Amino acid sequence: MEILMSFLIGILFMTATYLMLSKSLLRIIVGTGLLSHGAHLLILTMGDLKRGAAPLLGENAESYVDPLPQALILTAIVISFGVTSFFLVLAYRAYQELGTDNMDRLRGKEGHE
Amino acid sequence: MKTNDIILQTVTKITLFVIILFSIYLFFTGHYHPGGGFIGGLMASGAIVLLLLAYDIEMVKAILPVDYRKMIGIGLLFSAGTGAGALLAGKPFLTHAYTYANLPILGKTSLHTAVLFDTGVFLVVIGVTMTIIQTIGESD
Amino acid sequence: MNNLLIIPILIPLFTGIILIIFSSNIRLQRTISGISSIVTIIFTAALAFQVYNDGIQTMNVSNWEAPFGITLVSDMLSSLLVLTTSIIAAACLFYSFWSIGEDREKFYYYPIFQFLIVGVNGAFTTGDIFNLFVFFEVMLMSSYVLLVLGGTKIQLRETIKYILVNVISSALFVITVAFLYSVVGTLNMAHISARIAESGNSGILTVIAVLFLIVFGLKGAIFPLYFWLPGSYYAPPAPVMALFGALLTKVGVYSITRTYTLFFYHDAGFAIELLQILAIFTIIAGAIGAIAFHDVKKIIIYNIIIAVGVILFGVSIMNSESVTGSIFYLIHDMIIKAALFLLVGIIVKLAGTADLRKMGGFIHTYPGLGWTFFIASLALAGIPPLSGFIGKLLIVRSGFEDESFWGAGIVLMSSLVVLFSIMKIFIGAFWGKARVPKNTGKVPVTSLLAAPALLTALAVLYGLGTEAIYPVISLAAETLKNPDIYINAVLKE
Repeated sequence: MEILMSFLIGILFMTATYLMLSKSLLRIIVGTGLLSHGAHLLILTMGDLKRGAAPLLGENAESYVDPLPQALILTAIVISFGVTSFFLVLAYRAYQELGTDNMDRLRGKEGHE
Repeated sequence: MKTNDIILQTVTKITLFVIILFSIYLFFTGHYHPGGGFIGGLMASGAIVLLLLAYDIEMVKAILPVDYRKMIGIGLLFSAGTGAGALLAGKPFLTHAYTYANLPILGKTSLHTAVLFDTGVFLVVIGVTMTIIQTIGESD
Repeated sequence: MNNLLIIPILIPLFTGIILIIFSSNIRLQRTISGISSIVTIIFTAALAFQVYNDGIQTMNVSNWEAPFGITLVSDMLSSLLVLTTSIIAAACLFYSFWSIGEDREKFYYYPIFQFLIVGVNGAFTTGDIFNLFVFFEVMLMSSYVLLVLGGTKIQLRETIKYILVNVISSALFVITVAFLYSVVGTLNMAHISARIAESGNSGILTVIAVLFLIVFGLKGAIFPLYFWLPGSYYAPPAPVMALFGALLTKVGVYSITRTYTLFFYHDAGFAIELLQILAIFTIIAGAIGAIAFHDVKKIIIYNIIIAVGVILFGVSIMNSESVTGSIFYLIHDMIIKAALFLLVGIIVKLAGTADLRKMGGFIHTYPGLGWTFFIASLALAGIPPLSGFIGKLLIVRSGFEDESFWGAGIVLMSSLVVLFSIMKIFIGAFWGKARVPKNTGKVPVTSLLAAPALLTALAVLYGLGTEAIYPVISLAAETLKNPDIYINAVLKE
């Protein structure tokens, strides 16, 4: 299972890198989303994948999984949710203001407006 | 372009309340089971977004005259205030207090200050999501 | 258990929340944030005093025992940095009152400002590696908003790049924490250190050390990773630029110092050597930029990069003298960079341009500004008895003792470059024929000058009072050199 997860994470990172190297701003934002998904799955894998009930009081099981990675993922998901939505709003505003979503044309000159 | 979305509007009128109820259920069940303020809030803002899709932005403003940015502030005040309340009791920050009480109808219920904290999260999530949607939506 | 630790985080947090609710009343916003920044200074000073007298203070958030919950730890270094942060924040805040403009004030400038301070103070105080990530994100989110606030074209463009760089580095941070968790099985920094000491060094720890260097290096702008900094810091107005330059990069530097002295001190091998080489290259890269540009903002921005290199070079030598020097230099640099950015903000405002070749002669009309800038530049270059001197002296001396002749020599040379670049601004802007834009007469600068003048005075006092401050700083270095003090304070309370 860990091997399978490693492949999945690798594919996510690969796709994210490919998308982030493209010129369109929207593709870059999708890429950052995929990158953080990969990172979240990596936490889950690193905290050992084992069989057990969800670490909640209501479950009444014999064994529970390690709750810490799940807490970390939840936090990281919330943060990446906030950052991604801010990024989207910013990209939209920048598109309106600057009239392009092409990163080549967003480069700008030294010290110029 | 004016589209005829009578079906969407009719369905929204009914499902809206189901979604809101489900979000409240998720909020309360999060105490011991999967759920909680975050996904409850997301679900509730999903309902408002559905309303936005079915009607237009002025209509929704008339139905729910809420300043979502103030809502973020009030939600944060709930969450941080609950945490800081522990300071007054001389306990470390964010320490929660709880007790069990026999309420009418509900029976034995645990009363927990974490609920207040989660209420704050609920409000913040609705506030943030709706602020984002409005920021993009208004400029169209 | 000591709740005083969290007060420097809570006061800005509550101030920010209240300011969101009263967002329309600007006078009220100014009053509340002004009062809260002064109250924060008082509490942080009390905290630093207590840490100096009673040793390391800890607090287990939510009353969970140390390795299981999140622990906040205030040792001498972190409490000093929190104190410096609140002083700089207050100075930048008072400067903003007269310069930031009503548009930004109405658009949540003051609440976001407070949240930035929450993030910075939290990052300095926390004793939990994942909590460090969370406070980093609080700080970064606020910095995104502050950077883009105003919405001019250059700001939008630079913010996109800044966010992209930081999103990638945050993902790397999460990945690094995941690796670390799988190796040591804990997130409490003291506990991680103890576990690493038990298990001894292994290859994966070196990988983690290098990953941490990349993550924090992106924030702290070390050699190959500083590329985003000159562009992004150029865009926002002066008080925001001062906050970023004085605080944000220093959080990265602090995190490198903390992780390397607490986790990776067993292995004096690859990672530390890499840190040292990168620190030297950082100084060189910053020096080239500082000499090359004729733009006042750019020159000061490249001076940040030089300072980061000098501090990290001191950390990488890792004996108590060099670490003491680094801490001296770190605090000096925070204060003086904030002062210089604010002064440069005034100069740019007066000249209407940031290009040195298009300004001159301000000394006739604004002598106060000129001499404040002169003193601040001497302090930055480290002319004795001003504040930069002692830190650099200790770093260079221990560098020679450690036989890192190249590094120590380059640190020495960098002082000359700093002096040259900053004097270039002084000569260009203040000497020569007055070339003030024609439309304006004498602009009143006294209210703007108050905050940077106070910071410069503080820097002068910091330099003159070196003898008195030395025991405090060496106590901070002592804790960094002996991680056992830190571990015992956190785990065996």
